[in-house]
Amino acid sequence: MIRLSIPVRQAVAKLTLPVLITVAFGVMLLGKADAVLAERVRVGMGDLLAPIYGMLAEPMARLRGGVDDLRGLFALREENARLRGEVARLRRWQAVAVALEAENQELKRNLHWIPDPTASYVTARVVADAGGVYARAVLLSLGPQHRVKRGEIALDDRGLVGRITEVGARSARVLLITDINSRFPVMLQKSGARAILVGTNGPYPHLLYWPEGVTPAEGERVVTSAEAGAFPAGLPVGLVHRTAANIVEVEPFARLDRLDIVRIFDYGLHGILPPETAHSAIEASRAMAPVRTVERLR
Amino acid sequence: MDDTLPGIRPRPSLWRRLDAAFRHGFPAGATALLLLLLAAPLDLPAQAELQQAVILAAVFFWSLFRPGSMPPPAVFLIGLLSDLLGLAPPGLNAVTLLIVQGLALKWRRKLVRQGFLVVWLAFLAVAAGAAALGWVVTSLLSWHAMPLSAAGFQFLLSACLYPALALPLTRAHRSIAAPERA
Repeated sequence: MIRLSIPVRQAVAKLTLPVLITVAFGVMLLGKADAVLAERVRVGMGDLLAPIYGMLAEPMARLRGGVDDLRGLFALREENARLRGEVARLRRWQAVAVALEAENQELKRNLHWIPDPTASYVTARVVADAGGVYARAVLLSLGPQHRVKRGEIALDDRGLVGRITEVGARSARVLLITDINSRFPVMLQKSGARAILVGTNGPYPHLLYWPEGVTPAEGERVVTSAEAGAFPAGLPVGLVHRTAANIVEVEPFARLDRLDIVRIFDYGLHGILPPETAHSAIEASRAMAPVRTVERLR
Repeated sequence: MDDTLPGIRPRPSLWRRLDAAFRHGFPAGATALLLLLLAAPLDLPAQAELQQAVILAAVFFWSLFRPGSMPPPAVFLIGLLSDLLGLAPPGLNAVTLLIVQGLALKWRRKLVRQGFLVVWLAFLAVAAGAAALGWVVTSLLSWHAMPLSAAGFQFLLSACLYPALALPLTRAHRSIAAPERA
C-alpha cells in the first residue's frame, strides 16, 4: 500500500465523491452515445449472471410450486367443482374443434393449400426480471451453443411474450409486449382490422390506430399481424378490454407477471430489427468466413 | 480495527483481522447481494421498484451511520450493477446513489443525533429527489415522457419501506457490521 501524507489523504477522501459523480455522469452520456458498448457490457453481465440465477431458479420454482400446492389444498372442493364444469365445457369444444379440423384438412386438400413452414423453436427458462422501474424485460438462460438470434419471438404456453432484443453467449433478453418501447402490428380477429399494440409499462398494453368504421369489441381476440415482417400472422396476443375511460386495452394471454419457461421461435423474419451492431456484424462475418473459403476453393 | 482510540486491546491475530474485515465489508457486500437476489424472478409484486427502494435505503442508512463501511467507490459499483441488471440508462443509478450519499454525508453531523422520525423525514426528501431524478433522466434520454405514476409509486414504496428496513439495518449496525467488536 502507498503511504500518503495526511493532508493528501484528506484531499483524496474529499475528492472521491465529486470525481465519482462526474464519472457516473460520464458513464451515462457514454451509454447514450455508444449504445453498442452499453449493450455489450449489459450482455456480458447477463452471461455472467444467467448461470447463477439458472441454478437458483430450480429450487425457487419448487418452492413456489409447494406454496401453490398448499394454497390449493384449502380450496380443493371448489376447485374440483369448477374444474368438472370446465372439463364438461371443454369436451363440447373439443368435439367442435375435431370436426372443424377435419373439415379444414378436407378443404385444404381440395385447394392444394401450401402449408406454412413449421417454425423451429427452443425452450428457455426465465432467470431474472431484467426491466427496472421504467422498462419491462426478462433475462433468459441459454445453453452455451444456442442459436437464438435477435428478433426471434418468445411465447409462453398461452400467448405472445415479446421479442429477443439482446443475445449473449449464455443469455438473452426479451423485451416484453408491455414495455413502453414495444409497439407492433396486430389484427383484430373478428373484424380483421389491423391496429398497433403499444406497451405502456403497465400490465395492459393499449390498442391504437385501428381503421375508421371499426370498433374493437370487448373480449375480441387480438392476434399478431404479418405486416412489417416482424411476426407471423395469427399468434395469440390477448383479449380486447375497454376501460371506464374508454381506452382500448389488451389483456395479454401470456402470464407476463410470472413467466417461468418460454419458447423462442425462429420464423426467419427480419422486419423492423434495429440496425446490426458492430459486435453482431463481426460475429456474422466470422460465421460466414468458412463459407467464403469454400466458395473460393470452387 | 479502530486504532484511533487509546486503550488496551488484544493482539490482531489473523482471525481477528479477518473478522474485522468482514464486518467492515458487510454493509456494501450485503447491499450488493440483496440487489442481486432481488433481481431474481421471485414473483414479488413491484420487484423493480422494491429493488431500487432497498438499495436507496441501504446506501442512505450506511452513509449516515457508518460511512467508513460504505465508501463512494462501493456506492458507484452498486449503482452501476443495478443499472446493468435492468434496462435503465447505465450510470443513472450510480449518479443517484452517489448524490444521495453526498447529501447523507453532508447532513450526517446533524442527523445522527436526531431521533428516527427526523432521519425518516430526511429520507423522504432524498427518496423524492431520487425518484424525480430517475424520471427526468430516463425521460430525457429516451426522449419520451415516462408515466409519472411510476416515479410516484417508486417514491411511495421507498418512503414506506424505510422504517421496515431501518430496524434490521440498525441491528446490523450495532452487531454484525461493527468492526470495533471484532
